[in-house]
Amino acid sequence: MIGVGKAKQYANVLDKPLSRGRQEVSLSAFAFLFSELVQFNQTQVDNIAELERRLEDAGYAVGARVLELLCHREKGNRRETRLLGILSFIHSTVWKVLFGKVADSLEKGTEHEDEYMISEKELLVNRFISVPKDMGAFNCGAFVAGIVKGVLDNAGFPAVVTAHFVPIEGQQRPRTTILIKFAEEVLHREARLG
Amino acid sequence: MALVAIYSLFIINKSGGLIYYKDYGSAGRMDTNDSLRLASLWHSMHAISQQLSPTPGCTGIDLLQAHNFDLHCFQSLTGTKFFVVCETGAPNMEMLLKVIYELYTDFVLKNPFYEMEMPIRCELFDLNLAQVIQKDRVALLGR
Repeated sequence: MIGVGKAKQYANVLDKPLSRGRQEVSLSAFAFLFSELVQFNQTQVDNIAELERRLEDAGYAVGARVLELLCHREKGNRRETRLLGILSFIHSTVWKVLFGKVADSLEKGTEHEDEYMISEKELLVNRFISVPKDMGAFNCGAFVAGIVKGVLDNAGFPAVVTAHFVPIEGQQRPRTTILIKFAEEVLHREARLG
Repeated sequence: MALVAIYSLFIINKSGGLIYYKDYGSAGRMDTNDSLRLASLWHSMHAISQQLSPTPGCTGIDLLQAHNFDLHCFQSLTGTKFFVVCETGAPNMEMLLKVIYELYTDFVLKNPFYEMEMPIRCELFDLNLAQVIQKDRVALLGR
């Protein structure tokens, strides 16, 4: 690497402590990279559902790694075993590290026991994206839904996660909601743990 | 009717094709064909002016002043031209063009659904442009 001074040379690269890394990345750089990710996937698929699935898969890989990293860095290798614990971990810690702020709100679904929602006025990944009308309800937030799914699955809370636009009265732009639907086994386990 | 400083905004791509046109004035509203023709006309004039310049290194026409309107033009490094037709003596148009250029780089170029050199159909660009124009109008009327 160019111009990097090391205070202490380690014989084995595995002995080096994990650096905290750069805390911030250029938003423009990320926006262009993400735009290219979407464009590339568009050329590979035939329909919108397929595109959403691909973005979700990309996010899943990110989520799995982010969980490992944050468990080590932020939580001192403690493992979340409770539903509310993992949800608030995602809502605050994961969001803070990835997007620079905690998510706007975390709610429990009123209709079903197994549904939870994380809401955001505007997802960072969607900030510069205007979806054309002919793509219907497509949301690039599927990437973020994939990240959440990756974190949940690897923490032992399998779930189906999707991103939706929710129109709000009096506002031109709709809010985005990440809908998390947990699998049966998670609820059973939660009930058993009391 | 409120005092309108800006009459219209044009954005043309590097080959001279019109990719965005917005009309703000009540007079002189033109249809699509006319606006397309005007855009390519301006593109040609801009190119010719670079040849006509007596000094080397001319980058084209920045300002055209007529009897009852001004035309300010901004050309980016990539050849995309932003020009605005406004009333005579309207201040800060260069600044406005720079701001519009920034909006273009943000909400058009970072949009994965936008094809380069094609007409701009980005909701966020329209929204933010309207806000900027409105703010500019308010600032102008406020003094």
